Amino acid sequence: MTDPLVFKRPRYLKNAVFHYCPGCGHSIIHRLIAEVFEELGIGDIAIGVPPAGCAVLAYDYFDVDMGEAPHGRGPAVATGIKRMLPDRIVFSYQGDGDIAAIGTAETIHAANRGENITVVFVNNSCYGMTGGQMAPTTILGQEATTTPGGRDLKRDGTPIDLSEMLALTRGSVYIERTAVNSIKNIIKTKRALTKAFKVQMAGLGFSLVEVLSPCPTNWKLSPSDSCKWIDEVLTQTYPLKIIKDETKTKDL
Amino acid sequence: MRGTHIIGESAVRAGCRFYAGYPITPQNELTEYMSNAMDRLEDGTFIQAESEIAAVNMVIGASMTGARAMTSSSSPGISLKQEGISFLAAQELPAVIVNSMRGGPGLGNIAPSQGDYFQATRGGGHGDYRTIVLAPAYGQELADITCRAFEYADRYRSPVMILIDGMMGQMMEPVMFPEPITPFDLPSKPWILDGARGRASRIIKSLILDPAEEEEHNWKLFRKYENIKKEIQTAETYLTEDAKLVVIAYGTAARIAKGAIKRVRDIGLKVGLLRPTTLWPFPARVLDETSRFVKEFLVYEMNTGQMVEDVELALKRSSEVHFYGRPGGIISTPDEIAKVITSLYYRRHLEEE
Amino acid sequence: MIKKSRRGRIVIDRDLCKGCYLCVSVCPYHLIKISDALNEKGYYPAEFSDTAQVSNNSECTGCAACALICPDVAIEVYRE
Repeated sequence: MTDPLVFKRPRYLKNAVFHYCPGCGHSIIHRLIAEVFEELGIGDIAIGVPPAGCAVLAYDYFDVDMGEAPHGRGPAVATGIKRMLPDRIVFSYQGDGDIAAIGTAETIHAANRGENITVVFVNNSCYGMTGGQMAPTTILGQEATTTPGGRDLKRDGTPIDLSEMLALTRGSVYIERTAVNSIKNIIKTKRALTKAFKVQMAGLGFSLVEVLSPCPTNWKLSPSDSCKWIDEVLTQTYPLKIIKDETKTKDL
Repeated sequence: MRGTHIIGESAVRAGCRFYAGYPITPQNELTEYMSNAMDRLEDGTFIQAESEIAAVNMVIGASMTGARAMTSSSSPGISLKQEGISFLAAQELPAVIVNSMRGGPGLGNIAPSQGDYFQATRGGGHGDYRTIVLAPAYGQELADITCRAFEYADRYRSPVMILIDGMMGQMMEPVMFPEPITPFDLPSKPWILDGARGRASRIIKSLILDPAEEEEHNWKLFRKYENIKKEIQTAETYLTEDAKLVVIAYGTAARIAKGAIKRVRDIGLKVGLLRPTTLWPFPARVLDETSRFVKEFLVYEMNTGQMVEDVELALKRSSEVHFYGRPGGIISTPDEIAKVITSLYYRRHLEEE
Repeated sequence: MIKKSRRGRIVIDRDLCKGCYLCVSVCPYHLIKISDALNEKGYYPAEFSDTAQVSNNSECTGCAACALICPDVAIEVYRE
């Protein structure tokens, strides 16, 4: 008699090998989203919009309909899809440059209009795919390829608190910041993602989960040191918390 | 009916159910018309987007779901949409983009011009692609061409641009509309994204990392464009059969030129008009046929010389090509053009047999 | 009262593993070690260590912490 299998590849992840670096948070987050789709039974009606960034190939991994957007325009493309197909589950999966630099206007206005979409904001505090340049979320003192000597207040400005800014938009309903650097945080992230998609299923408005994600290659740390760096340093600038929750019901 | 409204009503009757736009003079009446029209329809969606960029991207999203989708703007706003248009072409998504041209470059002014011919026909955006560009000149033609724009967009899975100028958007002319069709009357599209229930999941993308595959994709688009060139290039000819000189103009410029030609015909000059209604594909065939017996052409544009280059390309030195242009939003009178035609006619000794 | 603990086991796909060793750091009983043989991608993959079970006097309980944190979905977990 064999033991029952309690953990395996979720149904909504294709059988493809992730191209992500060893220890990259993207793959963990992809898996969590796929698990949430299975548990909520929404995989067959999900339509996703991948970003420009390391996750540009997300459509090779998620076994759901996916439509590519130009860099930063994910929330606008997702808006077009959701308005035409309001009973489908539409999500935009984006990195920090996509959401908080080139795509800031699209992000803020989708939230402001209360578009009933779910945005996954993967924050690795740098531009991963292009080789580690400064992102709006790079913290002061952090070394990036375009911040010699570390991010400097005078030359580069301060990191942006995009999720907190989005909380000010009246159309946003649920915004939480989590991380995937530990078992505890991974479980919390999954819970947050579940809630965010439930917000969409209930038609309540705009939901966003910001996930602090290890980037060992560009942080030049080992995967486990990257996880530690999130706990010890990154969360000082980006604390893990529920930033906004107007769902007003315990059912979610 | 006003030109901008004609486009809006025609779009609705062609089954357009998604419009996103941003206010910019001189096409705001179209945006406003669509806001009312989409609101009245149960399945219509109107979004005033935060920018022209967001608007074209919303159209990308709506088009992915199979909807007939449209956006509109004027010159500087169309510049903003170029990335989106490149993506529409690369992802082979149908969409209609209306450009009501104004004075440029830069902020320019809000008077009518034809300064965006290059932008419309020469990409505008990056990469190896073409945009179908239609150029109506009359109210009825606005209605017919708008309907055709959606058909071409769906048939060829391509962005289609309707190129007018501010004056055409404002003029009032009588129009007869066709019977409206709804999205249900349209054939279903087998490539759309609507949730992978009961089928394999689909991807719509334009990123093709492998150069060999990307090359293949580019040639595939190229073959499509060659087909389009064969099938839809159109131009109207007016009094060209016995002409010694043919004026080439489109849109409002063509209407002015027609007035000028009537005047010079009255004094015995044999002048005709060739009026392209597709700017891409450029009506090289009609031009080629005309150039068999006409050797002098005068290109008249409301700019400093853009379409004239396509005319020269198509004629390949077989004929003389002259140019007259007024940029900046200046609208010539038929008399002014008549004077230009007359002086050119005699300078080139065309009155001699 | 005798406390009954669950028995579990894991299967790590050697060739999916990219050697990030996050699983090694989260296993509560330190039962995962680094292999000394390269996989086909050129990494030294993580592998489950039976000898560690013996020397640590502990058993895999199938808690799945390793699988939860594995970015490459390279671990399957079985539990009694």
